[in-house]
Amino acid sequence: MSAQGIGARVVRKEDKRFITGRGRYTDDITLPGQLYARFVRSPHAHAKVKSIDASAAKAMDGIVDVLTGEQLVGDGIGNIICGWMIHSKDGSPMNMGAWPAMAPETVRFVGEAVAVVIGRSKAIAEAGVEAVNVDWDVLPAVITAAAAQADGAPQLHPEAAGNLIYDWEIGEEAATDEAIADAAHVTRMEITNNRLVPNAMEPRAANAAYDAAEEHYTLYTTSQNPHVARLVLSAFYQVAPEHKLRVIAPDVGGGFGSKIYIYPEEIVCLWASMKIGGRPVKWTSDRTEAFLTDAHGRDHVSTAEMAFDANNKITGLKVTTKANLGAYMSLFSSSVPTYLYATLLSGQYNIPNIHANVQTLYTNTGPVDAYRGAGRPEASYLIERMMETAARELGVDPSALREANFIQEFPHQTPVIMCYDAGDFGVSMKAAKGAIDYIGFEARKEASEAQGKMRGIGFSCYIEACGIAPSAAVGSLGAGVGLWESAEVRVNPVGTIEILTGSHSHGQGHETTFAQVVSDRFGLPTDNIQIVHGDTDKVQFGMGTYGSRSGAVGISAIVKALDKVEAKAKKIAAHLLEADEGDIVIEDGEVKVSGTDKKLGWHEVCLGAYTAHNLPEGMEPGLKEGAFYDPANFTFPAGTYICEVEVDPQTGVTDIIDFVAADDFGKIINPMIVEGQVHGGLAQGIGQALLEGASYSDSGQLETASFMDYCMPRADDLPSFQVWHHETLSPSNPLGIKGCGEAGAIGSPPAVINAITNAIGNNDLSMPATPQKVWAAIQAASSAEAAE
Amino acid sequence: MYETKYQKPSSLADAVSAIGSCEDGKFLGGGQTLIPTMKQRLAAPTDVISVAGLPELQGITVSGDSVTIGAGTTHAAVAGSVDVQKAIPALAALAGGIGDPQVRNMGTLGGSVANNDPAADYPSAVLGLGATVNTNTRTIAADDFFEGMFGTVLEDDEVIVSISFPKPKRAAYAKFDNPASRYALAGAFVAELADGSVRVAVTGAGADGVFRASEMETALSSNFSADAIAGISIDADELMEDMHGSADYRANIVKVMAGRAVSAAD
Repeated sequence: MSAQGIGARVVRKEDKRFITGRGRYTDDITLPGQLYARFVRSPHAHAKVKSIDASAAKAMDGIVDVLTGEQLVGDGIGNIICGWMIHSKDGSPMNMGAWPAMAPETVRFVGEAVAVVIGRSKAIAEAGVEAVNVDWDVLPAVITAAAAQADGAPQLHPEAAGNLIYDWEIGEEAATDEAIADAAHVTRMEITNNRLVPNAMEPRAANAAYDAAEEHYTLYTTSQNPHVARLVLSAFYQVAPEHKLRVIAPDVGGGFGSKIYIYPEEIVCLWASMKIGGRPVKWTSDRTEAFLTDAHGRDHVSTAEMAFDANNKITGLKVTTKANLGAYMSLFSSSVPTYLYATLLSGQYNIPNIHANVQTLYTNTGPVDAYRGAGRPEASYLIERMMETAARELGVDPSALREANFIQEFPHQTPVIMCYDAGDFGVSMKAAKGAIDYIGFEARKEASEAQGKMRGIGFSCYIEACGIAPSAAVGSLGAGVGLWESAEVRVNPVGTIEILTGSHSHGQGHETTFAQVVSDRFGLPTDNIQIVHGDTDKVQFGMGTYGSRSGAVGISAIVKALDKVEAKAKKIAAHLLEADEGDIVIEDGEVKVSGTDKKLGWHEVCLGAYTAHNLPEGMEPGLKEGAFYDPANFTFPAGTYICEVEVDPQTGVTDIIDFVAADDFGKIINPMIVEGQVHGGLAQGIGQALLEGASYSDSGQLETASFMDYCMPRADDLPSFQVWHHETLSPSNPLGIKGCGEAGAIGSPPAVINAITNAIGNNDLSMPATPQKVWAAIQAASSAEAAE
Repeated sequence: MYETKYQKPSSLADAVSAIGSCEDGKFLGGGQTLIPTMKQRLAAPTDVISVAGLPELQGITVSGDSVTIGAGTTHAAVAGSVDVQKAIPALAALAGGIGDPQVRNMGTLGGSVANNDPAADYPSAVLGLGATVNTNTRTIAADDFFEGMFGTVLEDDEVIVSISFPKPKRAAYAKFDNPASRYALAGAFVAELADGSVRVAVTGAGADGVFRASEMETALSSNFSADAIAGISIDADELMEDMHGSADYRANIVKVMAGRAVSAAD
């Protein structure tokens, strides 16, 4: 390894431009003749569009055109698709309603676009929007999954009777029922997972330019996966042919899943640029548009039963979940409450029988899709609240109950598809308990009581599946795409290296960590290594970044390509140095014959590859290799999180006193970046637990449509985290990487809620546990006590 | 934002005459409410007349029994003023807890009081200290100044020039932040004035904006201690509610904050 290789705390290369304001984001790109788009959006959650009168807007100075959903559909622009087929338990395919990029006839959530106004400036376009007169026929709206199933509920899509998208199951129901019937103890709960708004710092944006001479399109966009965007835009939406469409995702300021999807605005900007004759059209979301139209996350209501035998061993888990997918099925929405959720319901535990039934429903709310964690936070929250509750009911220590049920041997096949390949759950638990001084908790609780405060401690032992995913496996489960990754290693004649990766960095630090992997291999400084990503004209097809896959899958593709480069460089060096290929080692930027003082500089070998004056017989010139890597299995990061809180009973305010995250992410490339990922994930998870929650009124108005009402976590809401890791290597990829991007958001919510419910002595508490909710729970507990 | 005309008069008289001669003019203090409202296209004044920098609206003056603060003074200047910190520490602390540093360095006393946002901090200090609002035409007692949410007795062409706060014997402000906006979900300004009378002004919670909690005032007049108000309940029917705080929760928070303010003022 080199000083900047794997395991080194290399300072992030990309931060220099980010923190000096030199990042270049989609909105920073302004093209000659730039025009601006603003959308006419529905103020109603459910309505028919009777007519649109754009004549006044079109007559305004500076307005170029107003285009409607009717024109869009008339031009053959395809409906937005969901790319993962789920079949109901009766074998029928999911019921997908049509989603045109602008509604020609019916709107189904507040904020849905019906027309676009193109103007010379954003302000002019905005004024144009106000001049468009839409005549609405307002229909009744339905907001929750339960209400959507009720008799007489408003029906959203003719394709989905009863608003039901699918009724899916996994696991053995009869065996699970039997385990519950035979149990010594059954813990039962109803558990709600709150709806969240991702709120990346950079709102979504698109800038589309049609070149009439070349009949070619360019789209700058805030995407986590520009090639997927290009594929979907061409193959499904027919906006432009794939070879005539260049998608560029430049610097992107956070995604968290919300920038995986191809949204109406991108489609409309591309189409509109062509429609008006080739001037570029830019749209940048404002914050309230982001609240209304970015894909939201979570929104589950579940009932769960967990069965234990007389020795407190879990014998079965039965779960019924209703998931609210909003008004339309977003790109991966169908997979989140099924294969990304129910397949993790075994948690870290040996559970012989599991059955889950998941029903997904249409409602008049914004679409819901993958958001940091995507299904795994829902699973982890459910299991870990159940375990903590079971421990209280059984009168045993919550850590001991977990330890007694931990999976000890690997590989471990769960009853819900996943085969855990490696881990050591006990070691994380032990480290976390030590770090938080679990033994000293009772004394600290007494000290808090003396100050009039209620102190509590809560555990969470999460496991998640990352490194998505083996293509054939996900294909057999309904995925419309393969989930491999690509890389090209382009060594220049002077020995510097460009890595072209299909992964996309939008905050993860790939420009640093990917360079470290290369540095590690050849002993080159990371400054000599450039990471190229986010441009379909530069980079070969790739699948992008989500599901904590860039390390486990993206880096693995780079490693495979590096293997090829290394092999060829060694052949060239062996030839030049008249040595045996097997004796060549590459380290510290030099290519050496081991056991001798014969060597060449790395740059000399590279130059030799390109001058081609003296190559081995039959070898092609150049030093550039590509690879596609398809993972052998998912990877399984896991860990123990412990949260300690103090609650003020007078106000219900929760103060997180201490938080320990003990994780196993497999091989770590850059511990500093991993710690940053954990901190960020914990902030989002604690945000979900304490602060964040999207709220719709009964009529479907989003009541939390700005930061005035939607509470994002801020630095002073968070403690100084204790972060610890150990490494059990994943056997499924060359470096043993598991992934770290989502763990914090997955593992932390149950730890926080378990700590609060422990403190206040009332388990009836839902997220976000706002001061008013906690105060009410304390009041309810004390009046229940008084009544006894 | 709609098109608007920005005017920056150099004197108070010019400002008043400017507003009289435009179609739908608005005085602009530090712009912490008006500008965001205009950006959201919820307000569309034809003219915006900046008054925060007017010479007549500047300065902090301490006399024997009161502190007079120019309406154009920023929250940061009030919080950082050694004179205010010495004379009425509760007022300096209140100003230092408004919004965030950006807001405190732009927002002004006059702008906040004239806007009378039901969740703003300053109205509770004006009412809680029994201050006097000095405008270009008259002086108005705090008890006569506020008229319900976002309402005051100010005329359209009337500008707050300064506010005179009497020095209390003791005072403190305690507020509970709305977790999202960090405006006051409920805040209580408690003061024992020089004449021994006690005032308790509550912001953030009242259905009609800032109000005096008279039952608490009576109790504290005879016994200035948190215990004296522990048994007093606030009528939830008089309080506002939203997703962040039901009327019942706000009633509880008002009581807790008032108790904490009393303890802090001791």
